[in-house]
Amino acid sequence: MWQHDRRYMKDPIAEASLFQGRAFTSLLIMAICFVVIIGRYFYLQVIQYQRYQTESDKNRVHVQSVPPKRGLIFDRKGRLLAENISAQSLVLVSERIPDMQSTIEQLQGLLGLSDEDVETFKVRLSRHRPFEEVPIKVGLSEEEMAKVAVELHNLPGVEIRAQLVRHYPYDDMFAHVIGYVGRINEREQQNLDEENYAGTYNIGKLGIERYYESQLHGTVGAQNVETDVRGKILRVLDQIDPIPGKDLTLNLDLDIQKAAFDALDGRRGSAIAIDTRTGGVLAIVSTPSYDSNLFVNGISSKNYSALRDSPDLPLFNRSLQGQYPPASTVKPILGLAGLHFGTITPQTTVRDPGWYQLPNDTRFYRDWKREGHAARINVADAIIQSCDVFFYDLSYKLGIDKIHDFMASFGYGEPTGVDLTSERGGLLPSKDWKLRTYNQPWFPGETLNIGIGQGYMLATPMQMASAVSALANNGEWIQPRVLQKMDDFTPMPKRRKTFEVSQSNWAVVEEAMRDVIHGQRGTARALARQSAYEIAGKTGTAQVVGIAQGEKYDSKALASRQRDHALFVGFAPADAPRIAVAVVIENVEHSSESASVAKKMMDTYLLDKNGELINFAALDGIDG
Amino acid sequence: MANSDFVRQMPLGGHASLQKSLWHRLHLDPALLFLLLIISGFGLFVLYSASGQSVETVKRQGAFFMIAYTAMFFVAQINVDMMRRWSPFVYVLGVLLLVAVLFGGTVGKGAQRWLQIGGFRFQPSEIMKLIMPLATAWFLSSRILPPRIRVVLISLAIAMVPAVLIFKQPDLGTAILVAASGLFCLFFAGLGWRYVIAAGGLAAIAAPIMWFFVMHDYQKRRVLTLFDPESDRLGSGWNIIQSMTAIGSGGIEGKGWLQGSQSALNFLPESHTDFIIAVLAEEFGLLGVIALLLMYSLILVRGIVIGMSAQSTFARLVAGAITSTFFVYVLVNMGMVSGILPVVGVPLPLVSQGGTSLVTLMMGFGILMAISTEQRRLAH
Repeated sequence: MWQHDRRYMKDPIAEASLFQGRAFTSLLIMAICFVVIIGRYFYLQVIQYQRYQTESDKNRVHVQSVPPKRGLIFDRKGRLLAENISAQSLVLVSERIPDMQSTIEQLQGLLGLSDEDVETFKVRLSRHRPFEEVPIKVGLSEEEMAKVAVELHNLPGVEIRAQLVRHYPYDDMFAHVIGYVGRINEREQQNLDEENYAGTYNIGKLGIERYYESQLHGTVGAQNVETDVRGKILRVLDQIDPIPGKDLTLNLDLDIQKAAFDALDGRRGSAIAIDTRTGGVLAIVSTPSYDSNLFVNGISSKNYSALRDSPDLPLFNRSLQGQYPPASTVKPILGLAGLHFGTITPQTTVRDPGWYQLPNDTRFYRDWKREGHAARINVADAIIQSCDVFFYDLSYKLGIDKIHDFMASFGYGEPTGVDLTSERGGLLPSKDWKLRTYNQPWFPGETLNIGIGQGYMLATPMQMASAVSALANNGEWIQPRVLQKMDDFTPMPKRRKTFEVSQSNWAVVEEAMRDVIHGQRGTARALARQSAYEIAGKTGTAQVVGIAQGEKYDSKALASRQRDHALFVGFAPADAPRIAVAVVIENVEHSSESASVAKKMMDTYLLDKNGELINFAALDGIDG
Repeated sequence: MANSDFVRQMPLGGHASLQKSLWHRLHLDPALLFLLLIISGFGLFVLYSASGQSVETVKRQGAFFMIAYTAMFFVAQINVDMMRRWSPFVYVLGVLLLVAVLFGGTVGKGAQRWLQIGGFRFQPSEIMKLIMPLATAWFLSSRILPPRIRVVLISLAIAMVPAVLIFKQPDLGTAILVAASGLFCLFFAGLGWRYVIAAGGLAAIAAPIMWFFVMHDYQKRRVLTLFDPESDRLGSGWNIIQSMTAIGSGGIEGKGWLQGSQSALNFLPESHTDFIIAVLAEEFGLLGVIALLLMYSLILVRGIVIGMSAQSTFARLVAGAITSTFFVYVLVNMGMVSGILPVVGVPLPLVSQGGTSLVTLMMGFGILMAISTEQRRLAH
């Protein structure tokens, strides 16, 4: 009976005792397992202790990043503009330094580090990765090396490391275009690929160095190294080689750059030369400049504030960020617009008494020449003599809409898109723009100011250079480009047609531009002397301060920084253009100053050693 | 009779009847709570060191502890018989959620584990760890024990369905834990020894089949690594070599708190999660490891004792399964980090950083406390 129940009915007491049996069994199994576990830890921690202690303390295997070698930068003739030189740096690994303060004091005594060096180091130290080597001094001299080497055994955690450091052999000549590399800052740190930048301290900050950062940087490699307890590398176990950054060949020509740099001679200004056929930037100078090498190892705050606070703004890249009234340099384009839209013919003349008045308006618009240029003047002479009255009249008749569209096709009003950083777009006003910005309609008088490249209108030297290059190309605008080639890659610049202007109209304007230099009454006729080739160009003087009605421009009365800017745009040879140049010099009043800089740049490009024009047609033949 | 005798002999069982009734009213088991708190506190110290002395991490973990202990407290208030009656429905719901994860789960770290409902994200596989012992115990407690073959097979099915679904995510560690908690119920229900031996034999046959047809490459690599970590020093062997170095270099007394170079140097990956025992072993040595194991052992003994004192078969089986699962956590984690078990993602209970698994773990202890306090109420 009981047996029967046991089999077919639940028996709580039997189940409870069954569980107790299993419970003791499970505790036994658990105990055995824990004994095995303790045995395992005993084996590792007691029997194998020596071995693992050695592993841990003496032979730490590190995976070390091997930073790639940064790509070099060459000019068009293969001359180095940015290189990597080996420099000895003193680095500290804070985790291995027992007393940081006394170590720093010792090093200060040895090397005469400034308080500022120490401050910079502490900032870097505060955000270093564990066991990262933080440089306290980069570029040790032989003497400093010797001093430290003697004391090194007393300084745990201090090491001398050889590093490749960026160097710019031409100091300040290319600062604004090549830019420079500098310490990776926190904002950059967040945006970059940390793995690929492990072991890299510097990143392109400006110019070409920044624009082509990803190509110049390369790909990080890695190596497994055995190090001792002080982090000294004992041997390299294996290595994945880094892929070096790509070398860049630029369109820049050292000789033209130097000619422009020397001719500007530290005055506030910009000079740009463009290869008219390719859009390649042959030279791009902004002065005054600064030594790019200062930034590579971290610029001292004294040096930096000197640069930042200088009234001449050496850090300001005038070529791309300087926005100037293009002044009379726009006249050839406006003349072309007038001819193209049929507003004028080459024969149309305008009365020029030295001033202009709109119908039903009492306001006088002055010509820069008080007495006027001639009784009646046509478009060619107006360009040659830079007559304002003719262009007041022309721009009034064209109207702002046509002017805007025509000028925009030459690249005014928006950045050229050159392969450099922080380019600005200037300002090409329109009715829309006026309404948006000032919530006002466009007034006809404002069109007159645009007619002489003043008023609201602003342009960067880069825009002026690419516009005049488009003039040289009979209306084909090519996006300017500093990079010529990168390994086997050659970038193809964007090209676009401006307006389909008839050949006869082109001839009128180009002839007039030639006569600006080579005509009897040209505003830049001084350039024609001793010129082995013909130049086409246009001068301009840009007003810095507005001159009130009836007032006379008196340069003596104006402070030196309120005097007119001198401008020149041009191309040469006039009949078969190769080079287009734009030069702006601030506050020097006379456009001849800019013209002479441009001439020197053209000479450098176009003349051989004997001062004779290079036969480009023949060279092109050889090139195929 | 035997049960009530045991209650009287229990350590910390309450000598003052006033105190005893207070704990009862709160549905808390003071001995268990005391042990859990000691390990949690110790865990925070180790975590502080393992996380590179990050106060932030410790604060976060402290917050997780608050949540987990609160969850434990609430679970402890639930009537055990109600748990039993609800468990089949919760089980079905859990399986449906696991299916939902496979089809619409959120991918994290190469595996689908998360389910998003509204703004709320959770891991059904974690919840399954709790449901499994309840469901299996519910089924077995209504059958005649020891179970016959048909009952054994059905119980196996109950355990394997969720386990396979979790394995598919893929999450081998959790799958093993979930399956194990079901199997433990069977074991405590008196599964015949011949079945246990047969299961061992089956596993031996199944292993090669799993290897060639079921396991993912990364899972295979982990197993291979176990036999020869040096074969891939910088790859899959890296973790295990570094953790063994950390453990071994700790010696008997350890390098001292915050003095472990292996984790400070970032040699030890996952040092604050699954591999945290290596940090503990490095800094507190073999003595620290033994102390920790001792505390774990006391928890296990207490859990089994609660099971033995329980009044219903359901409660016994649940208590036994939960305690054994906790044991598996400790065993697998400490085994894998020291290189005698393959690396599967199992945290060290109460010490590893992590929110979800901590909460389910503590809810499990909540069930234990519910069982513990309920049976004493009956004993009065």
